[in-house]
Amino acid sequence: MQQFHHSSINHLSQTWREAIASQLTDGENVMAWIETDLDLQLHFAKGIVVVTNQRLLAKMYVSDIWQTWSYRQGLLLTQRDYAGIGCLELFDTHSRLAHWRYRLGSDSAVNRLIESFTQQRDSYCTASELPRIADAFIQCPACGAVLGMGQIDCPVCEKQNNVQPSTWTLLRLWRFAKPYQGRLLIGFLLTLCSTAATLVPPYLTMPLMDNVLIPYQNGHPINNELVAFYLSGLLGASVLAWMLGWARTYMLALVSERIGADLRTTTYEHLLNLSQEYFGGKRTGDLMARIGAETDRINLFLSLHLLDFATDVIMIAMTAVILISINPWLALVTLVPLPIIAWLIHLVRDRLRIGFEKVDRIWAEVNNVLADTIPGIRVIKAFAQEKREAARFRAANQRNLQINDRVNRIWSLFTPTVTLLTEVGLLVVWIFGIWQISNDEITVGVLTAFLAYIGRFYIRLDSMSRIVSITQKAAAGTKRIFDILDHVSSVPESPNPVHLNTVQGQIELRNVSFRYGTRSIAQDINLVITPGEMIGLVGHSGSGKSTLVNLICRFYDVTEGKILIDGHDIRSLPVTEYRKHIGLVLQEPFLFYGTIAENIAYGKPDATHDEIVSAARAAHAHEFILRLPHGYDSLVGERGQALSGGERQRISIARALLINPRILILDEATSSVDTTTEKDIQKALDNLVRGRTTIAIAHRLSTLQEANRLVVLDRGKVVEIGNHSELMSREGYYYRLYQAQARNVDVEDSGYAPFIEHSAAGEIK
Amino acid sequence: MSHAPNFQLTRNAFGRLVFRDQWGAMQEGVVPIRGFPITNPNRGIALVDCHGHELIWIDCLADLPSDYRMLIEDELLSREFMPEIKRLYNVSSFTTPSTWKVVTDRGEVSFILKGEEDVRRLTSSSFMITDSHGIHFLIRDHLSLDRNSRKLLDHFL
Ligand SMILES: Nc1ncnc2c1ncn2[C@@H]1O[C@H](COP(=O)(O)OP(=O)(O)OP(=O)(O)O)[C@@H](O)[C@H]1O
Ligand SMILES: [Mg+2]
Repeated sequence: MQQFHHSSINHLSQTWREAIASQLTDGENVMAWIETDLDLQLHFAKGIVVVTNQRLLAKMYVSDIWQTWSYRQGLLLTQRDYAGIGCLELFDTHSRLAHWRYRLGSDSAVNRLIESFTQQRDSYCTASELPRIADAFIQCPACGAVLGMGQIDCPVCEKQNNVQPSTWTLLRLWRFAKPYQGRLLIGFLLTLCSTAATLVPPYLTMPLMDNVLIPYQNGHPINNELVAFYLSGLLGASVLAWMLGWARTYMLALVSERIGADLRTTTYEHLLNLSQEYFGGKRTGDLMARIGAETDRINLFLSLHLLDFATDVIMIAMTAVILISINPWLALVTLVPLPIIAWLIHLVRDRLRIGFEKVDRIWAEVNNVLADTIPGIRVIKAFAQEKREAARFRAANQRNLQINDRVNRIWSLFTPTVTLLTEVGLLVVWIFGIWQISNDEITVGVLTAFLAYIGRFYIRLDSMSRIVSITQKAAAGTKRIFDILDHVSSVPESPNPVHLNTVQGQIELRNVSFRYGTRSIAQDINLVITPGEMIGLVGHSGSGKSTLVNLICRFYDVTEGKILIDGHDIRSLPVTEYRKHIGLVLQEPFLFYGTIAENIAYGKPDATHDEIVSAARAAHAHEFILRLPHGYDSLVGERGQALSGGERQRISIARALLINPRILILDEATSSVDTTTEKDIQKALDNLVRGRTTIAIAHRLSTLQEANRLVVLDRGKVVEIGNHSELMSREGYYYRLYQAQARNVDVEDSGYAPFIEHSAAGEIK
Repeated sequence: MSHAPNFQLTRNAFGRLVFRDQWGAMQEGVVPIRGFPITNPNRGIALVDCHGHELIWIDCLADLPSDYRMLIEDELLSREFMPEIKRLYNVSSFTTPSTWKVVTDRGEVSFILKGEEDVRRLTSSSFMITDSHGIHFLIRDHLSLDRNSRKLLDHFL
């Protein structure tokens, strides 16, 4: 198969390989290929598009016909996508020759295909030497994701394989238990001893019966010494069991509390390090429920139920041994209900776990309603929707009830069944015991001891069956916690990070493209910002300004291309270290619960009061802060002093200024303040901006007149770059934006429309 | 409606829709977009230009001459991709990520569900499922699925 010198072809299925091989002529080599998974009507159907050094071949799986196009001038292969579906199109200069559809999973494979196609066409048409594609790429045979160099396992599929089913998830908690190994071992030994101690009293009933009570009934006097001996043994064993029990409960509760706390903080820490993308896809209430309620449940499980369970298992094992040593036959009868109960447990376990998982989920839903409505209370009241929100909450609760009812139906049947089984077991032991006594095979003492033992034994079984539900609950909770812990940040730390102590502030965007999910937001942006330069980003609402800021701050990673700071790819820098160099004022200012001073000093907790005041002065926040009842010590944020939108913005400007960053990013930093105040802030900023690389976004174009260069964005593309006067004289996009604003027309709607259609676009409705 | 629409619509050799308004201005690469693709797919369709600006709002497709309607329907068909799940064959596990094998109105397919939150309730009976590549699958009415599918789906609700 030497015609396939491309290593990726090895991953192609045998049928495709044979089919392609049958088509190739002498000297024809496969250069690239993609498998498509949709037909033109967008039905799922397999097909393939192959680029060789002579032509393009394509075939659908169900048809026998190969379509081929030999290379010639003007042949063009392009790709576009919409909502997760790609379209690969082949044009010549007059028309579209063919097109193929596919799901976006194989996006980069498509780019490779097009690249390879262009290269082969050019070399074929100019009859020049065939270039070899330098680095081969490999596609995962299972899911189609493209693997990196030297990567053998597909990360997508690997994640898939890592799924851990059922109760075994609980074992993953071991990671948190490990630091407490020693104490756990002691606890276990204590459990062993205390359980053994509790087993002594029933054993003593046997000689008490056979050596004291039965002889008395048969006319012998009671042996007081012997009685005293047995009874003191009874008391001693009980006291010992009590002491040991106390020690082990305390010890293990201590440990499990710590494991729970570790679990909670680790999860929270991990959560904080996840990218914004993760938070975008999750609901607050759900995350809160996971970290709060579920860690608590796991904790409870570890400290109480797991302990009980261990005791039970030990007890049952020991009892079984004792019983068998006394009388194997009777013991056998006693143990009969065990397998039945085990079978019952097996039967309900899965249902219960799924049920409990649902209960958890619905509980998170209840939390979500709260997390949605409490911050939005002003909107609810303004639109008088209290009744509807109450109904929504009631509905969530109703679903909670419904699901709980279903679980309880299974559960309520389970426990009584186990009890019934144990009662029946007791009956059987009586019958068999009496029969054996009548045959003189055992003494009355043995039967009494048996009954004393199995009384405990069965109670234990009963409580053990209870643990089924609790274990399943804990397993469900653990799974949801590990869902968070297993999530890898989509802005990963570099394995060998570059440390930059000082930053000059040069930012370069190189062929940057970005998509949120399947929506392409930024395309092929190239921009070099020199140190100390002030850049104004303009463009109408939704053109991708904030997105660009998100990329520069590395809240998201670029889909293609790279962002360099002082010549280093920002992905190679430690994330937090990198962000320390950036002062960011967000479009939606957020204040934490705390004093104003704390809020201003958020990025630099050890700032002195002087620093805080001068930052506040620079942001023109000083005076309004002084007007507050407690000055810089006024509480703001939730339940604190309410601040106006403009006041909050000024505090967040002060916050950004305080850390004295090399790079300052102002996303609509002054949109909520009046023009005079803005002018004041602007003046103050002018001083501060000097010498720092600044990226400022503003809708009020007048704000940006100081900028060295203005970058005009439209639908994720840079359309114009230049300073105010240059752009005005060019009479392009910026000019229209500016004119519209000067005429006081709504900028958002006038957007970009080619000149000719101005009248048309306005009038058709 | 019988009177002719005040615009013209054709498809060019490059496979793009071309729109010509009543003043004769041409727009190439026009796309139709449904306003309410899930709750009311048949009413309210906008024709937008390649920059995303609305050219015209069509209340009801049936009001258009049939050749225009065909053009728009064809284009919608080749753009819209929200397979409707008709049956669930099997899911690899009840914990996520999990691979679903399903039958849709566009044929059989398997996809990976990344997390539980990707199963979203739209109305009381309809669901939207987003796969690992961001493709949306629709379940219009879960009560109309067969018993087994309902049971499988139920694990994720
Ligand atoms: N988390 C997200 N997921 C999906 N799409 C998003 C997300 N955030 C923003 N978008 C989309 O990306 C596009 C650009 O958004 P962006 O916030 O960058 O606009 P902008 O230029 O800052 O607008 P504005 O001036 O109104 O702040 C918008 O169409 C928006 O709908
Ligand atoms: Mg914005």
